Amino acid sequence: MKSILHLRVNGQTHELYTDTHKTLLEVLREDLGLTGTKHGCDLGECGACTVLADGTPILACLALPIELQGREITTVEGLARGAELHPLQRAFAELNAAQCGYCTAGMMLSAKALLDREKNPTREDIRDALAGNLCRCTGYEKILEAVETVASQQSTGESKG
Amino acid sequence: MPVIGAPLAKIDSWDKVIGAAKYADDMSLPRMLHARILRSTMPHARIVSIDTRGAEELPGVVAVITGRDVPIEYGILPSSQDEQALCVDKVRFVGDAVAAVAALDAETAERALQLIHVEYEPLTPIVTMNEALDETRDAIHTGAHADHHNIHKMVALEFGDLDAGFAEADYILEDTYFYQGNTHLALENHAALASFSPDGHLTLWSSTQTPHYVHRALAKTLELPASRIRVVAAAIGGGFGGKTDPFSHEIVACKLAMLTGRPVKITLTRQEVFYCHRGRHPVLMWVKMGVRQDGEPTALHFRTLLDGGAYGSYGVASTYYTGALQTVTYKIPAYKFEGMRVFTNKPPCGPKRGHGTPQPRFALEIHLDKIARHLGLDPAAYRKQFIVEDKTKTVNHLTITTCGLSECIDRVVEASGFGGEKREARSEIHESKIENQKSKIKNGLGLACGSYLSGAGLPIYWNQMPHSGVIVKVDRGGGVAVFCGSTDIGQGSTSLLAYIAAEEFGIDVRDVRVITADTDLTPVDLGSYSSRVTVMTGNACISAIRPLKQKILDAAAEKLLVPAESLSFRDGEIICEDDDARRLKWTEAIALAEAKHGTLSGTGSYKPPKRAGPYKGSGVGISPSYSYAACVAQVSVDIETGQVRVEKIWLAHDGGRALNPILVEGQVEGSVYMGVGEALMEEMTYRGGLHKAPSLLDYKSLTMRDMPPVETFLVETNDPEGPFGAKEAGQGPLLPVPPAIANAIYDAIGVRIDETPITPDKILKALEEQEKGRAARFGPKNFPAVKYPEPIRVEPPEDAPRLERKKG
Amino acid sequence: MLRLPPFEYHAPRSIEQAVNLGAEHGTAAMFVAGGTDLYPNMKRRQFTPQVLIGLNGVEELRGISNGDGITIRAGTTLHQVSNSPLLQTQYPALATAAKLVSTPQLRAMGTLGGNLCLDTRCNYYNQEFSWRQALGFCMKKDGEICMVAPGSSRCWAVSSTDCAPVVVALEGRVRLVSARGERVIAASDLYRDDGIEYLGKARDEIVTEILLPPADGTKSVYLKLRRRDSFDFPILGVAAALRLASNGEIESARIVLGGVGSRPLECVDSARLLIGQKLSHKVIGAAAEAAWRPARPLDNTDSTHSYRKKMARVYVARALGALSEQ
Repeated sequence: MKSILHLRVNGQTHELYTDTHKTLLEVLREDLGLTGTKHGCDLGECGACTVLADGTPILACLALPIELQGREITTVEGLARGAELHPLQRAFAELNAAQCGYCTAGMMLSAKALLDREKNPTREDIRDALAGNLCRCTGYEKILEAVETVASQQSTGESKG
Repeated sequence: MPVIGAPLAKIDSWDKVIGAAKYADDMSLPRMLHARILRSTMPHARIVSIDTRGAEELPGVVAVITGRDVPIEYGILPSSQDEQALCVDKVRFVGDAVAAVAALDAETAERALQLIHVEYEPLTPIVTMNEALDETRDAIHTGAHADHHNIHKMVALEFGDLDAGFAEADYILEDTYFYQGNTHLALENHAALASFSPDGHLTLWSSTQTPHYVHRALAKTLELPASRIRVVAAAIGGGFGGKTDPFSHEIVACKLAMLTGRPVKITLTRQEVFYCHRGRHPVLMWVKMGVRQDGEPTALHFRTLLDGGAYGSYGVASTYYTGALQTVTYKIPAYKFEGMRVFTNKPPCGPKRGHGTPQPRFALEIHLDKIARHLGLDPAAYRKQFIVEDKTKTVNHLTITTCGLSECIDRVVEASGFGGEKREARSEIHESKIENQKSKIKNGLGLACGSYLSGAGLPIYWNQMPHSGVIVKVDRGGGVAVFCGSTDIGQGSTSLLAYIAAEEFGIDVRDVRVITADTDLTPVDLGSYSSRVTVMTGNACISAIRPLKQKILDAAAEKLLVPAESLSFRDGEIICEDDDARRLKWTEAIALAEAKHGTLSGTGSYKPPKRAGPYKGSGVGISPSYSYAACVAQVSVDIETGQVRVEKIWLAHDGGRALNPILVEGQVEGSVYMGVGEALMEEMTYRGGLHKAPSLLDYKSLTMRDMPPVETFLVETNDPEGPFGAKEAGQGPLLPVPPAIANAIYDAIGVRIDETPITPDKILKALEEQEKGRAARFGPKNFPAVKYPEPIRVEPPEDAPRLERKKG
Repeated sequence: MLRLPPFEYHAPRSIEQAVNLGAEHGTAAMFVAGGTDLYPNMKRRQFTPQVLIGLNGVEELRGISNGDGITIRAGTTLHQVSNSPLLQTQYPALATAAKLVSTPQLRAMGTLGGNLCLDTRCNYYNQEFSWRQALGFCMKKDGEICMVAPGSSRCWAVSSTDCAPVVVALEGRVRLVSARGERVIAASDLYRDDGIEYLGKARDEIVTEILLPPADGTKSVYLKLRRRDSFDFPILGVAAALRLASNGEIESARIVLGGVGSRPLECVDSARLLIGQKLSHKVIGAAAEAAWRPARPLDNTDSTHSYRKKMARVYVARALGALSEQ
């Protein structure tokens, strides 16, 4: 069965005609060419394919696009505003929070969802929020640091403003 | 502005954080086909027949191949050419590749696999090492691939007078240890994309750490001239040694591309990656160590038995590595090593972070802890007494250039309070309000050390050529391009070349482009393995740049009317140190240099110093330099549940000069993470010949909530062999972590867990033994009666530790 | 990449539409809510339904309401359950159990109804098709025998839901709706002691609501044993609910174990020992001892079965200990 889908990804609406049984992960990577969303297991066991649906982290490998019509999907390609990087992207790059880079997209999106709802998260909050994203390179230390750095920028930015 | 030593972002991080980095599975080409591999469902069987007709007839299928299409044997080591891209006569493990399909889409290829009928004649699988030692069973390999029946490799070496050493000992301790096998689990599944042009040029993009070795394997198995094959390493989503062999799927993708004339991509599933494996060998170890009353080692006898799985892979090297580096931390005047690797019908083991050395390090460091406790010595001060010295040799002919281990121990002891008062548990999880609960949580600290090489001293195939080559080109616009065959697996090796070029030329890192890992474009570098990249590519890069700098200085000196020796490269200018009014912009200077000398480019190469000792097998273990690490682990153990929580890790690493401290810290933290995982949960487990847990859910790796905080100390010796004094950092810091945890558990609850992973049920079993008044230990009970060959007896070098005769 | 098998997809907007679609397509169809359990199984070919009826668009399946007891509609996500202030105060065990399921992403997608209907799990079953082919297939899917107990005539796959033991311990009920009508059954009757036919609901029935009685001073707790602090299914779950009289004596008690059998295991003897007692060390010890005995974990999950059995006693004692502190 194929379906016509209207999928809103990174602020743009795409009209697609594709197999209904393709997961969001497959549609993003294969139909839309958005290969920044990675896959490590295809079974919901690693978090590499994490994207946001209306700001909430979900796993693209277990989501059907047909059910996500009308919702706003954000992938790593949608994090930056034009040429201006999201603070998380800058912090992940500058603090060496991305080694091989394969978990990075999912990590940043989980972190973005946290920082969007919690301006001043504790280290435990960050651990909780990123507990669904496996990383094999960093030991998570630099990832924690990067998220904390952005969080503190966010909260000082706010107190200034 | 100095670049070396600065905490700069990696130059390829930016593409990674915007999702633009292209990993092999992210690539596609017009008319591309998708391929899948049919894998054996039998651990050990003869292939009677393969019927591919059903698959060929399926609409959408373009090509089906079997072993007869790619029968030529290959393997990473010249001495272990025992693999076939698709098995011809026999399968040797569940997951061995049997046939392959290329189709218009991946779903069709997958469906086609179900239509291939393979008739097998099952053979009894050989699953355990004891079964492998039983000569009445079938041999997994025949002919020259094994030393004897299912024994792949046997080694026996003796350095110095072992009997005399034990005779001098006041205390001799013997014990057995087991280190479980585990796997790399890189988050990216292996993928390969092949393209074949009508004029006979083959290109392969692959997630490989070793494009040069893949290049050689493709030339051999596909019978193409290497000159018409191009291998490019795509961005790599984690390696850890898991992508250092040439793999079946790489050869298959190429063959299918050649047959169909269309690009072919293969992306493995997670289960297939478990089958590719090449991970940590399970190693059973027997250790006998003699010491004097003050703990001074007099003799060490070490036996290892490795479960190699179905193929050779790096196994010959792995076997030697289980014996090579015991001598590079503490002065050992007499050493005997006996090692053996056996074949079993399981996915092949190979090199994983620390290649063959974390297992013996686990045994040795626990063994030392036991000795220290027996003699009533402080484990830290005890170790410090016998640390090897700079510019000496070990009893097995390894050369120590610099050793910062003593300072490493000081740093972690001071920070952790090791040896002092016991600490309270950090974890809020244990701060239970439940009555009497706190008394069930016991805390402990444990210490261990380790060392690893900064690159293998010999290439994997014998040759006299450089291990690493670099070409540097300077553009009129001021940009510098560095070409090198090295592969960046996330550690930052590509960035390092940019830092070195920027430092040498005194320019901004952003003015350097680095092109890597492309056998058409870049000079050979052997690849990302054995922690060789910083030292070897770094040195090659410097050697390419220095003559080029001289040319630029000559031209600048002529213009500025000063001696070239008075000039230096700084902040985008060439400046006279004696008169800083005399200066030229970088772009002016290179224009003058190009006018004077022609196109500005340079080549550089690096070959490690020749240091092999006078014996067969001496090629494994030699290295330009050794890194050192000391670790203190703090654990809390719940004596009712046996659950261990690692509360904190302190790790000090002597990786020489840190060329970029945040990259070195990243390597340390990642190593600690992997060490904690191996100590507590990671393991390859089998039921019969079938992998029990080939998934990211069932194979346990630490999540962010399981990872303890890590305090890292960089001890920066200035090593004469390294670029700017650098040594390795990617593997060494893993080594002390598992034994430090085991020693901390002993400190907490007084039981010894002499095998990994240290699971709660093992702790409870050891506690039960303790309660019954028996040896409070969980671990292997004995070492099988293995017939090692007569040892090769080797005279230690002059400047190695000597046994002083004090007795008799 | 592992892919889903093809299917025809329907997105009903109401329960009525959903159950009518179910009736229309019969055994060819499966209902799916969050998909976090079904889709992995479909990718591994444990299920290949021709028709999927997606419940995510059914608005009336979402929400938590408080009246005579608490009603949680089955499509409420586990994230919502764990973050419900009402549940956190009234029935903290359920909020905790939901919070301990897998990962944040899966809790955002997975629903309470889905967790209650979670397919039973087994090391021999939750594997890819080619793995099961190599093994020779077990009776739960495509085969004849049980791999963990080859002599057994039944399947021993394990109930691995975190929420079911809690809902059973809280004496919850579930509303089942089909095109044939609707019924309300005790949550404990939703489960059967069989790894294959593990649910006491018909295939065409949907769980639409979870009905919890008024808390009325009930104390509840849920403890979970697993290797890692995220991702992992319970290899033992302990749900305990107690109501105390004003003099501190236990009026009612229920202790339910998860992860040790094909259905949540009610420790009836253990609970009986508690009635009329105060929660002392001695009483807790006796109850834990009684709870431990009927637990019969087999060697088909993570960790060893002997360890899981040992932990049943420790975790029951700790659960009761935690209640004594509440």
